[in-house]
Amino acid sequence: MAPEPDEAQPKTPAWLALGLTHSEYNRIVELLGREPNQTELGIFSVLWSEHCGYKHSRPHLGLLPTEGDRVIQGPGENAGLLDIGDGWAVALRIETHNHPSAIEPYQGAATGVGGIIRDILAMGARPVALMDALYLGPVEDQKSRYLAGGIVAGIAGYGNCVGVPTVGGETKFSPAYVRNPLVNVMCVGLVRRDRVVRARAEGPGNAVMLVGSPTGRDGIHGAGLLASKVFVATSAGDDGDSGGHGNGAARSPESLRPAVQVADPFMEKLVIEACLEALETGHVVAMQDLGAAGLSSSTSEVASRAGTGIEIDLSLVPRREENMTPFELMLSETQERMLLIVETGHEEAVRSVFRRWEVPATVIGRVTSDGHLRVRNGDDVVADIPVAALTHDVPVYTVEQREPAEQAYLRAFDPHELADVDAETAGTVLLDLLRSPNLASKRTIWRQYDHMVQINTVVGPGADAALLRVKGTSLGVAITTDGNGRYCYLDPYDGVRHLVAEAARNLVCTGAEPIGITDSLNFGDPDRPEVAWQFRLTVEGMAEACRELGIPVTGGNVSFYNETNGESIYPTPVVGMVGVMENVLARTTPGFKEPGELVILLGPCRGELGGSEYLEAVHGKVAGRLPPIDLKLEKRVQDCALTAIRSGIVNSAHDCAEGGLAVALAECCLLGSPGARGVRVEFQTAGLSLPAGTTRPADATAPAESWRLDELLFGEAPSRIILTIYEQDLEAFARLARTHRVPWKVIGKVQDRDFQLILDGQVILDVPTGDMERAWQSGLASVFGTAEPEAGL
Amino acid sequence: MRFGVVVFPGSNCDADTYHAVAEVTGERVDYVFHNEHDLGRYDVLILPGGFSYGDYLRAGAIAAHSAVMDGVREHAARGRLVLGICNGFQILVEAGLLPGAMRRNASLQFRCEFVHIRLENDRTPFTRLGRAGQILRLPIAHMEGNYYIDPAGLRELEHNHQIVFRYCDEHGYVTPQANPNGSLENIAGIVNREGNVLGMMPHPERASEAILGSEDGRLIFRSILETLEVA
Repeated sequence: MAPEPDEAQPKTPAWLALGLTHSEYNRIVELLGREPNQTELGIFSVLWSEHCGYKHSRPHLGLLPTEGDRVIQGPGENAGLLDIGDGWAVALRIETHNHPSAIEPYQGAATGVGGIIRDILAMGARPVALMDALYLGPVEDQKSRYLAGGIVAGIAGYGNCVGVPTVGGETKFSPAYVRNPLVNVMCVGLVRRDRVVRARAEGPGNAVMLVGSPTGRDGIHGAGLLASKVFVATSAGDDGDSGGHGNGAARSPESLRPAVQVADPFMEKLVIEACLEALETGHVVAMQDLGAAGLSSSTSEVASRAGTGIEIDLSLVPRREENMTPFELMLSETQERMLLIVETGHEEAVRSVFRRWEVPATVIGRVTSDGHLRVRNGDDVVADIPVAALTHDVPVYTVEQREPAEQAYLRAFDPHELADVDAETAGTVLLDLLRSPNLASKRTIWRQYDHMVQINTVVGPGADAALLRVKGTSLGVAITTDGNGRYCYLDPYDGVRHLVAEAARNLVCTGAEPIGITDSLNFGDPDRPEVAWQFRLTVEGMAEACRELGIPVTGGNVSFYNETNGESIYPTPVVGMVGVMENVLARTTPGFKEPGELVILLGPCRGELGGSEYLEAVHGKVAGRLPPIDLKLEKRVQDCALTAIRSGIVNSAHDCAEGGLAVALAECCLLGSPGARGVRVEFQTAGLSLPAGTTRPADATAPAESWRLDELLFGEAPSRIILTIYEQDLEAFARLARTHRVPWKVIGKVQDRDFQLILDGQVILDVPTGDMERAWQSGLASVFGTAEPEAGL
Repeated sequence: MRFGVVVFPGSNCDADTYHAVAEVTGERVDYVFHNEHDLGRYDVLILPGGFSYGDYLRAGAIAAHSAVMDGVREHAARGRLVLGICNGFQILVEAGLLPGAMRRNASLQFRCEFVHIRLENDRTPFTRLGRAGQILRLPIAHMEGNYYIDPAGLRELEHNHQIVFRYCDEHGYVTPQANPNGSLENIAGIVNREGNVLGMMPHPERASEAILGSEDGRLIFRSILETLEVA
């Protein structure tokens, strides 16, 4: 789509077609002191888009804690930076590519991977790991299966070729994402602390160098259009509703395809190597990714951060298509491009590095001191805008907030009106859960990803978190991505507190201390009061959890307008979290290690059914009150587990999360070492009373006899970790638990095979490990196990 | 003793191979850029994994025509050692230094996972420290590892003991279930007739340190070292 000057369509002013409102247009005229031309209007429209400008989210995001001892760089740069010791820093960032992936799943997901890698590269860091967090429509839906297959193939196609391992992530399915899949990709990089670069165009006179792919018409105005109401209106038309009303911009989703970019991971690989080598010359002042809004945003952002200006000449921009207009050149989102600020006089030294890698590198302009973005096309000035007008004067909107009407109804649901499981049915229900798409093994997905290249992967996909070594040191870097849309839908505030706690718990289960977050906030139309309500509570809840657990947020991403047919997705914050461990050899993994190990449940014994995976998978209910979460207890549980792991007495550790205790124990069996793939667990009802010190409200503490079996087996609760230790270490462990004031209990012993659970002497579960394995492995085999259409590779 | 690791545009296991060879052998390792052709100073050349030239057109097809391959050919003709891993194997096949062809995996999907391979020929310069029948656990990571050769070619490979590795199960049985990519006769690695050029799909450089889950790959690098020391 190449918007033409408005003369062609007198009825629709140009700014409306570009996604700007009348008042925004008036503001632009005011800031410029004149009417903008078409190119200038285009530049404003992308920088003032929700995607680049954070118009609806900015007022809230300030609540998030962003400081900490290890924070070298918080929000505001291409990526956050955390100090991990030994002179090394970790760069981290997460981004979404939801809308492009809904239109063209392979390219949409692939370019999402490419973009986040360049954000990490821009800090001077070598990208060392990718994680993908996918939230997809139900597997029964054919279109969702098509999107799922294409998205996974796109991530694989890009990540595998570019040589950055995809070490984990998560994949969940829900009707809430049926026409609007969420594709969140996180990248982590490593950089020596003294080699960090920042994207600031310092030094007037320095050269502005554009490197990478020649610019084409691909992805013109992607950021502005895809992440906007235009997209929502268009997608709504997908199901045959009349999509032609509104501002006249509604089209079929396919008509937006040219707004999706095309991926070239091979070029990206060359760009990575060439940029890192160029930094070695010592003449590169700054680097900036060209992603959303292309040249427009990259030039204005580097100038804005440094308080300088930039002048570029579009006639110098290498291009792959003829007759491109200044508007198109400024808004193109051609992938695999970076902007470098190079010391004047040293351009050739830098250019020669790019020549060696056969990557185009062209000086297209200079840093200036007048604070303007001035764009020439040969001798003509085609745009001249104060940088601050683009980056600081972005309008900010606060929208009326309203709790969604269904919220009270959802909370009021009492799971106790459902039939409980019994000794007859519990085994079948466990197998059904292991087979259900959200809990089934994701091996059919991650074996399509190269998760080992760069040979740093100590723990790969399928564990609570991934773990990388840092070559030449004893350090380990743990990474996880988590999202729990269903929880956040039922209760945005508590849901996100659960989320942050779970992500941290996942890192702790590998033996790492959580040190920083990059967040990705996926929501519906921010102008709807219900969405505004969800968003505010989410940010508030996240801020509280981060403060309580002492984990700063280093930046992130906001994606609005995720809806189809007027229905919002679940509010889906995604947390990408990084942890560090001083001795990577002291890692723990979820699988049982040896028969005879004692199995310990750290944290409260009993879970609850509200909002649980079990409730949705088995009873088809998304409702109820979330289990309460006490972040102080959570912190103590995590500290206790971490101390125990560091002391060397823990053989395995696994977060007890979705699907409850029974599913977590089954996973420990399934991931167990040969000869340690079973467990025998024994409970006495009397012993199940809540230990002193838990914070469950007194009025909700039911007498033991009213306990339900499904709560014990499949109920969910935060602050729970399954550990195994040798019997001889029990005393040492007991001391640690006492010191940390956390409830715990020895619940059983690891055995060769089979999962037995005995309650008051009665066998409740006796499930062969082979049966669990078949159920668990088969759950997604029919979705991702068959060949998917390939593209490009 | 000097190892050269060839870097094509798009190679992405070059640094891993460099690291593993240096770590296991303690010998000197250099990167050799794709436009070099005077390779006389190297005892061993390794073509690493990755996506040379994006694997556009066909895996390894463009790299097979790059300048460095003249030097690799000459090196091989002089009887010196060449090891192609994954994309390197594909390039050697495309360059005609090894017989046969690579097709897309039968699953039509990329596969990255640990597999077991059985050592079939322990008399090559790359496997002399192993014993025939030995089972190695190494990772694979490829889209085109489905090796094919015509029946006459297969007979020749077998007759000359050129099949060095076959995919097998953990007990060493060569079964269809243990074949990750549809490769003919479960072939995972072959040598040329002279025995000095080895191509293998699994990645020994990813399995040369205990912390990465297997050290079985060291066998390849240590065998090469032994061969050179004896020579």
